[in-house]
Amino acid sequence: MHRHLAVAIQQSQWLQRTVAKNQMPFKVSTVPKALTDGSRLITESCVRAGADVFIGYPITPANLLYLYASKRYPRMLAAPDEITTLQWMAGFSATGHIPVTATSFPGFALMVESINMAFMMELPMVIILAQRLGPATGSATCGSQGDLSVIAGTLSGGFPLPTLCISNFDDCWNISAEAVKLAVRMRSPVVLLTSKEMVMTRSSYDWSGLPEIEPIQRRFYEGAGPYEPYSTGPDLIPEFLPVSQNSYQVRLTASTHDRNGIIQNVLPEAIDNTKRLESKLVKHLPGYTFFDFDEDKGAGTLIVSYGITSLASRDAVQELRKSGKKVSLLVAKTLLPVPGDYLDICDRYERVVVAEENLTGQLRHLLYGTRGRAGLTGINGISKMITPAEIVAEVER
Amino acid sequence: MTVTPFIRDGGLPFCKGCGHSHVAINTERALAQLGLDPLDVVLVTDIGCHGIVDKSFLTHTVHGLHGRAVALAGGISAGLDDPKKKVVVFIGDGGATIGMQHLMGAAHRGLDITVIVHNNMLYGMTGGQPSDFTPCGFKTPTVPDGKSHPGYDICNQIAAAGASYVQRLLGVGNFSDDIANAIATKGFSLVEVMEICPSHGVKSNPGMKLKKVVEESGLEVKVFRSEPPGALATFSASQPKSLLSESMVTHPIYTHSLRDRISIMVAGSAGGGVQSAADWFARAAILSGLDATLRGAYPVTVGVGFSVAQINLSPEPILYTGSPTPDVLIVTSQDGANYARPFAARMSAGLCLLDADLEELQTGAELVRVPMSSRVGTRDNAVYGLMWYLNKMAPFPIEAMMNVVTQASGSRRVKLEKMMQFEE
Repeated sequence: MHRHLAVAIQQSQWLQRTVAKNQMPFKVSTVPKALTDGSRLITESCVRAGADVFIGYPITPANLLYLYASKRYPRMLAAPDEITTLQWMAGFSATGHIPVTATSFPGFALMVESINMAFMMELPMVIILAQRLGPATGSATCGSQGDLSVIAGTLSGGFPLPTLCISNFDDCWNISAEAVKLAVRMRSPVVLLTSKEMVMTRSSYDWSGLPEIEPIQRRFYEGAGPYEPYSTGPDLIPEFLPVSQNSYQVRLTASTHDRNGIIQNVLPEAIDNTKRLESKLVKHLPGYTFFDFDEDKGAGTLIVSYGITSLASRDAVQELRKSGKKVSLLVAKTLLPVPGDYLDICDRYERVVVAEENLTGQLRHLLYGTRGRAGLTGINGISKMITPAEIVAEVER
Repeated sequence: MTVTPFIRDGGLPFCKGCGHSHVAINTERALAQLGLDPLDVVLVTDIGCHGIVDKSFLTHTVHGLHGRAVALAGGISAGLDDPKKKVVVFIGDGGATIGMQHLMGAAHRGLDITVIVHNNMLYGMTGGQPSDFTPCGFKTPTVPDGKSHPGYDICNQIAAAGASYVQRLLGVGNFSDDIANAIATKGFSLVEVMEICPSHGVKSNPGMKLKKVVEESGLEVKVFRSEPPGALATFSASQPKSLLSESMVTHPIYTHSLRDRISIMVAGSAGGGVQSAADWFARAAILSGLDATLRGAYPVTVGVGFSVAQINLSPEPILYTGSPTPDVLIVTSQDGANYARPFAARMSAGLCLLDADLEELQTGAELVRVPMSSRVGTRDNAVYGLMWYLNKMAPFPIEAMMNVVTQASGSRRVKLEKMMQFEE
């Protein structure tokens, strides 16, 4: 008899009765697990990756992230509103820190102009967006996946705001750290997209096997000067210098600027600099394209999902395969810029079913526009999580 | 004596006669007087005519959004966290209007920055619209008959908010000592420099003199406050520990009898111990080798109304954490019954435990009335309901629940002897 079971029998009258009646338990698990929420894992991951300051303004359903931040970040500031939040983050970032905040749509909406500023200044930071049901105040305690289109339209000019999305607790750990590192590597604000059920619902979770997270090593400009804040080499990412040092003058500006950071209206050098903001993100996209592709050879149907609906999608795929149905699953984690890999994968399938908790199919539209393609359908809904049964039914339709 | 230059050669970018030039020159003098290295200074400029000056400065320069320069500078100052460094903000009266909350907040917190308000009494860059600083009667191109109400007295407001140094002065002549005083003061300092815009203000108010406008507006030219700061907001680093503490990890010592996933909903009222009971139950399930998920639902006002916990248990890892239709429904209060009614109606099988004091509930599940509240009171009825269910259906040993309840902090009030009476 398993040693664990022997101990259990000793401790449990219930089990002694069960054994006496010869009704042995079905399964014995000895894996230690913690009852945790995603917020805890996200916070720990961001800090281990190198984020060193959290600036928060309270908003449901991001409040656990705020609470844990107050216990875990080396520095934690309570801002008086979300515009100040982003401005303080930009200030910290300019001095060489890696700031993080967490909000939901109403707060994100207030941050939009300042996110544009940070993008233009090329200041690393992470904005965790925990989605809830909108529009406007909507339902603060109801989850949703309604904000992808908002993020896609955040930057004036259609510039991509790098956005990574969490699909399960493993991602809370792995993708959050990637978001911090991506912000530093790209010198850009990065959105870490999640939703109410991921950051508030608790699950038993075995975190013993999670990989170590190495903190990102900041590399600041060490050249012989003159330092030009927006000069770049072939990687299109300018070397960073904080305004805390006394070696070289740093100029940061939200306005169209030349490589010295001086405002220029439509000078070709300045316009080229603005164009570079898109090019750098697209050029390096293969290095931060994250997705799970669970391929079932011979399947004609592909389920595409992201975020909270990935949980139901994975569940549905298990169920479908148990019943002999061939089906593949693509869980998108890098949402913006949209990796070309997704369309390449979709092209291999007659049917593509995109499951997401919103009314209009926001990822579906990002992939295929309003026209769609043959064999493309969506599973959509608001006010409750999309269920595995809905996905199974659509695939079997 | 060689004076360290803070402004590069080539002149300033402002209109002839604009007070902004005086501010720039006096700021340079002040920084030199204080013996600062240009790169000890971060100049943060707002949007407006004054903001184009940063290309002339040899300090670090940061040029942000309209009205937000004070907030941005606050972040820089807190990020620097170094008293040797000086953060100076240039902002106009328009930027101070849109960013008033940032000014009040920064003064209140005592952020270590110096704000120079270039108050030329209108929005110069956009055509001369009035700001909230434009004095009563002052004319601009869009209020040719004069503004109808007074402008802000920013100095009084900021002094009241808790700034360390506040001064209003006329933007003529040499006022570098005043700016130096402001910069040298620890904490939040503000100097309001009164100007008249040569392009819009002078043309709209011919012959009007700056000193007279200020006097007639009732704005005093003086030092409003100059004293050591009181309690400053601090941003000191803490000594954080990992959030993944070993004490959170449950090592299974019991076992269970579940073949498939089940979903349990406990529906009660705020203050009825629903969330803690569900928490203990989920931990007890993990202690029995099960996987568990736990989702709370309550109205935005967490202290009143319904309080609902949805628990999923499974012998296999749980992917989908939702629970559209429960297999087991435990209703402990009328708030809970109201919330759970549609869930009960959807149940075509399973078990529904209804507090014996409550009205009937329509359900296809086996309905059992349990005297929860009458036996253990309304604060413990949720944990009792779960114990009752464990005793009847035994998905995992009731001992696991007793183990967790006994060990849980704050649970001493739960009388386990009472909980072990299960007759219907």
